Amino acid sequence: MSKSVTYEDRLRGFDWSIAERELEFREGEPLNIGWHCSDRICRQGKGDKPALLWEDHRGAEKRFTFDDVRQLSNTVAAFLQRLGVRPGERVCLFMDKIPELYIGFLGVLKMGGIVQPLFSAFGEDALLTRLENAQTTAIFTQRKHALKVRKILDKLPSLKHVVIVDAEPGKLQQREVAFDLERETRVDQFAVHATLRETPSVLHYTSGTTGMPKGAQHVHYSIVGQYLTSKWVLDLRDDDIYWCTADPGWVTGTSYGIIGPWSLGITQCVLDAGYSSERWYAFIQKHRVTVWYSAPTAIRLLMRDGTDVARRHDLSSLRHLASVGEPLNAEAVIWSEEAFGMPFHDTFWQTETGCIVITNFPGMKVKPGSMGRPFPGIEATVLDPRTYEPCASAGRVGLIALRPGWPSMIRAYWNNQTVYDSKFRNGWYLCGDRASIDQEGYFWFVGRDDDVINTGGHLVGPFEIESALLEHPAVAESAAVAKPDPVNMEVVKAFVALKPGHRGDDDLELEIMNFIRKKLSPLAMPQEIEFVDSLPKTRSGKIMRRVLRAREFNEPVGDLSTLMND
Amino acid sequence: MDELKEMVRNYVIREYLEDGDDREVKNDTPLISGGIVDSFSMVSLKRFLEKKFNIQIPDADASPEAFDTVDSIAALVKRFQK
Repeated sequence: MSKSVTYEDRLRGFDWSIAERELEFREGEPLNIGWHCSDRICRQGKGDKPALLWEDHRGAEKRFTFDDVRQLSNTVAAFLQRLGVRPGERVCLFMDKIPELYIGFLGVLKMGGIVQPLFSAFGEDALLTRLENAQTTAIFTQRKHALKVRKILDKLPSLKHVVIVDAEPGKLQQREVAFDLERETRVDQFAVHATLRETPSVLHYTSGTTGMPKGAQHVHYSIVGQYLTSKWVLDLRDDDIYWCTADPGWVTGTSYGIIGPWSLGITQCVLDAGYSSERWYAFIQKHRVTVWYSAPTAIRLLMRDGTDVARRHDLSSLRHLASVGEPLNAEAVIWSEEAFGMPFHDTFWQTETGCIVITNFPGMKVKPGSMGRPFPGIEATVLDPRTYEPCASAGRVGLIALRPGWPSMIRAYWNNQTVYDSKFRNGWYLCGDRASIDQEGYFWFVGRDDDVINTGGHLVGPFEIESALLEHPAVAESAAVAKPDPVNMEVVKAFVALKPGHRGDDDLELEIMNFIRKKLSPLAMPQEIEFVDSLPKTRSGKIMRRVLRAREFNEPVGDLSTLMND
Repeated sequence: MDELKEMVRNYVIREYLEDGDDREVKNDTPLISGGIVDSFSMVSLKRFLEKKFNIQIPDADASPEAFDTVDSIAALVKRFQK
């Protein structure tokens, strides 16, 4: 949003058809995210414009224009067709932040497949759960990650093709096939599959309190929300150099690391390297980044390293900063003013919403610590947790709820209608978070309304961790809860009761931590394990996580009348 | 010092690389910025160092830079060894 356009201006006469018109989409006609983010941009005469400036931890660089992206995504799509992958089948992308991930994403969509991006740090159990649930047909991966796929391949009869993008000659194993994006003969013309607005596009797995992760199923029409929020909230303009630090294994990395910027024809940079404040600032300086979308955890790490590191670099190119993943604390907003001369603008949304729904707009007064106000076209409120009616008075804490119907909202959980239905009350979609709304309509985040752990902006489900813990030979029972953390907001803490004959000491703690890290992911690894004799349970035997969580947060434990063993 | 580095290097290879991963880990290989050890996994690496060398590393000193190579980790351990 240009600073001369106010929030109120945007609200007046708002209709999602604004984005439909700009995207040249007409009802009933095909709509394909892959085509819209590449071919359409080239048709606008931007074929020679850089689309991706990529760099890895060694400093190796690659550049791709929009015409490169168009042709190479055609090449991926044609390759999948040759393999026999059919429209509607799930194709997983299980890679680091390499160009094949970004371009492959569009390629899968162009041939009508459903993209299933998965975080490359997932361990074999986390991978198996998600590939099994989605009945995935093909997976693109790198040599180092293929080692995890090989371990579970026998359990995945539906997985017909393991595509290795950096294969070594003569080292392929069963079901593996090599695909070298840059050496393949480029496909200039490809008949993009005529997907429609409601054709499934992306399947992102997300965690809840109960059960295993669920596949949040998006459709091609989601581009309408991602396009307009990128334009108005991230304020992306034609001459911007944009950097989204999120990994496309998670929804921010696809909605705003691929679809949003490329549907606008914006040049984006990607740094495929672990966190280092020095390196990040050098990257901004080198590429003259103008718009930067990051996460509170990263901002707090930058804060910890101090403003001096920032001042050693020329960051004058920056003109707009935004943040997502967890609430941005007021201190971080104030610090960013000091370090960069401008605040980070907090944005609120989640895998299920597909696009930003509550946000601080450029030009709008930023109240440090606030989530901001609803995006035009989004009806948002907080509901009384007992009646599920909107809270009548300002300042009351309730459940964040959205009126369904915006373009990027999920259409289903993959093969799980029951859980999908459980997300709605009185015609409202429940986000699973609690907040209050002030007199001026700003939302203020309070916390999760369930047992899901928000660590570094990623939601981790306790059930999946507890299930994996039980696979360790020493563990009799366990509970995984959130524990406050100054950098990651929350981290996983596990309470573990051991089987007879095992001693809870430092050795065992480290062994269990590494056990979970390898099975699930570093995010799911408990950062602390407390060995206990027993866990608090209800009389029916259900573990009361809320009691353990309340102790970690120094909060009242609430009603304990159903507690069995306290 | 060489023995200490060897111990850390072997631990990183054993715990953070998949069996069959042929990437070479030298004493100056970037571990954090190179994506071998992520910032979340630093906690288990820190726990290993504290246990193995009987030291306490304050959180403020457990920065990604300090854990970025076998060399920097060895220097960190030396600093906190009595």
